[in-house]
Amino acid sequence: MDNTALLLARIQFGLTLTYHFWFVGLTLGLSLLVALMETFYVLRQDQIYKSMAKFWGSLFLVSYAVGVVTGLVNEFQFGMNWSEYSRFAGSVFGLPLTFEALTAFFVGSVAIGIWVYGWDKVSLVAHLVMIWLVAFAANYSAFWILSANSFMQHPAGFVLNNERLELADLSALITNPYLYFQYSHTVLSGLVLSGYFIMAVSAYYLLRREYTDLCTRSFKIGLACSILATALVIGTGHFYNQYLAHVQPMKMAASEALWETAEPAPFVFFAVIDEEKRMNTYQLALPSGLSLLAYNSLNAPVRGMNDLQAEYTQQYGPGYYLPAVTILFWSFRGMVGIGFWLLFLAALNLWFWWKNQPGGPPALLKVTLWSLPLPYLAITMGWTMTEVGRQPWLIYGLLLTEKGVSKIVSSANVWTSLLIYSGVYAGIALAAVYVALKLIRRGPENQQEQGR
Amino acid sequence: MNEMDLNTICFGMFGFLFLGYLLLEGFDYGAGMLLPFLGDSAEEKDAILQTTAPVWEGNEVWLIAAASILFTGFPHVYATLFSGLYLALLILLVTLILRGAAFEFRDKDSSIYWRKFWDWSVFAGSMAPSLLWGIAVTSLLAGLPIDAQKQFTGTFWDLVNFYTLAGGLVFANLFLLHGAVYLTLRLDRRLVPRFEKFGLAAGRYALLLSAGFIVLSLLYTDSAAKPVFVFALTVPFLAVFFCLRSLKKRQYRLSFLFSSAAVVSTVFAVLLGLFPRFVVSSQNPDWSLTIYNSASNPLTLKIITLTISAVLPALLLFEAWKYYIFRDRITASKSDHNPEKMLWAELRGQLGNLRNHSTRLLAIITKRKRAMKKLMIKTDKERQSSVILHLNELRRKIRYSQKVAATITKLLSILRK
Repeated sequence: MDNTALLLARIQFGLTLTYHFWFVGLTLGLSLLVALMETFYVLRQDQIYKSMAKFWGSLFLVSYAVGVVTGLVNEFQFGMNWSEYSRFAGSVFGLPLTFEALTAFFVGSVAIGIWVYGWDKVSLVAHLVMIWLVAFAANYSAFWILSANSFMQHPAGFVLNNERLELADLSALITNPYLYFQYSHTVLSGLVLSGYFIMAVSAYYLLRREYTDLCTRSFKIGLACSILATALVIGTGHFYNQYLAHVQPMKMAASEALWETAEPAPFVFFAVIDEEKRMNTYQLALPSGLSLLAYNSLNAPVRGMNDLQAEYTQQYGPGYYLPAVTILFWSFRGMVGIGFWLLFLAALNLWFWWKNQPGGPPALLKVTLWSLPLPYLAITMGWTMTEVGRQPWLIYGLLLTEKGVSKIVSSANVWTSLLIYSGVYAGIALAAVYVALKLIRRGPENQQEQGR
Repeated sequence: MNEMDLNTICFGMFGFLFLGYLLLEGFDYGAGMLLPFLGDSAEEKDAILQTTAPVWEGNEVWLIAAASILFTGFPHVYATLFSGLYLALLILLVTLILRGAAFEFRDKDSSIYWRKFWDWSVFAGSMAPSLLWGIAVTSLLAGLPIDAQKQFTGTFWDLVNFYTLAGGLVFANLFLLHGAVYLTLRLDRRLVPRFEKFGLAAGRYALLLSAGFIVLSLLYTDSAAKPVFVFALTVPFLAVFFCLRSLKKRQYRLSFLFSSAAVVSTVFAVLLGLFPRFVVSSQNPDWSLTIYNSASNPLTLKIITLTISAVLPALLLFEAWKYYIFRDRITASKSDHNPEKMLWAELRGQLGNLRNHSTRLLAIITKRKRAMKKLMIKTDKERQSSVILHLNELRRKIRYSQKVAATITKLLSILRK
């Protein structure tokens, strides 16, 4: 397979998985919040919580549906575009996917059917159990998917036999420390997204003074969720990064644009990066900042990319082991910047809530409403950092990306699939946004009662 | 357990999941293919979709489970087939995406074009997979160009020959029968005769095709030497025959049992013909992918086997419970299609629009008046003031209509209670 096909396959993987996670990220958190609303309804028998669960549930379903249909592509893509990788690692990497399909996804997709169409076919409690099953299955599913990803980032539990990976120890696969940093960070980012989603849609109604009671309550739930989740996501991100400093120093150095090993290392706020000459032509930095963040010490040395490159060349043979530094540097900054902005926004909203003005002044509501794209952008940047930062490895230290791509698939075929997926995905996204806007315009109390 | 047994068990587990997928999605696909043709009115189309909407996701997940077993247990088969059958799988995935989206999006807009588009998406997402699975499964048996390095060396067209096309038709035909029989069980009694009639027609073709399939399989595959395979091929024929007979006697449940048996036995026969191979190589029989030369290590196979045996009973019970919940026949005129209720909803929507429009009109008038006043000095004052008078009158009338709309809305909300 030639280089065009490799590049196209990588673009396809990046596009389809990022797209998938936009929708899945929302369902991770929103399923929990909808389950919570329905629990209130069952406990207090207050109709308003039923309307809430139905309204937010209908938006959740749009996202869930797109997540499900695009998930199919992901499962097939490993065999279609990355068949050499599948041969090499299927015995280990496929296992978490099998667990996911057989447990989480099976339970989730049966339960969702009953939840959607069973409002008046099963008892209240059984119906409540279904949404909790969906929420649990979604987050449990994430555990297996991320354990597969963690294996690519930081392989564990395998032996190399006949130039192929074989499973040696299942428990090592699921106690991979990388998994726990990644899992907490990812699930929390889903909650941040969902919290802001609920706040933004509620803000839309509050600005129009419609459904005030329902939306004030929803807004509060969204706010409580976003402030907690945003604070925690920043916290887990910090520890995740400290962990990266140990296991993937190259990724961390690249995301900080640190070319030379420094003792102490500065934290760079802004840099003009020259990847050709392997240096920053200009940078604005805080001395010792990175040493403090990565190692909790003002003087700790942090290894730079040039040293790591020399080290890897010695270890793995000649090659270029640097990821795309500029992309990583700015993705990381974008993600962190958005994280702090969202925390600030949530805190501001909390302050007005404290002063008994839930929702605060219209200007704040408007800002909250228009900040909705930001969490989407942040998770995109987060995944960009994780996956682009893994390059040039497909499995860190074991298999190069260029070695994993299908040998027999021509670039014409990858072009065809890339174009078709792009077209179909764009169409589905437009339809999903259109349907979601329609549901939002229709409002909570006008929900169709189609046996739902 | 020794290693050899494990491979067979895993192949069996894969076969079970794949059979489950085709059995369950078989009637979904059948119903989906019939949707644009046998649903006469909007309500009937809704009803047909309603029979599969709550269950399709739980059916499709069997495919995902089967594919993941293939990936984990037999990585070489997964890698060779998925990269080899690239374009076929692309069509499969795209149509399945559209079909899945249709179930969620279709009823969110009442525009006729919107619904038509999603109806045809359901059709495409049922037709294409039925044909493609038939083609793919039979081509595994007929042989694909696979070299010594386990790589597929052909193109899309190596998939297509007389035998595999016949296989595609057999699958599509069986699913049509299966779907029609499923609908006789799930739809309003008023609609049943139509699907019964269609089922009988589809059944006759299926009888013909399944007989032809026996002959073609003997001609085109090397499995003719296996007596078990030849025997297994006759089972679908018998199943279709009994399905037709019970359908004629209007024993729908029995007929569904037989149509299920027909789908299962067809796929089972093919898997039996393959065993212990997975994909037959048309270049050299020794290069065929078998359950031994393309499997994972024993530990992985063992874990798969244990996991499936542990979770499958629970999953089957859960699925069965779901089918029990949604056992009622779906009527084509449900309460939400009650014309009075729809009119009320329409009125509410129109009133909302009226209020929005008048608010906007008022804003425009106010803006224009301000602009007028600025121009006052330049133009004739008398004409100016008469225009402003008219505008004011207009404004009063709009305000009045707004009040009327508000009163009607209030009245409506009282009536609704």
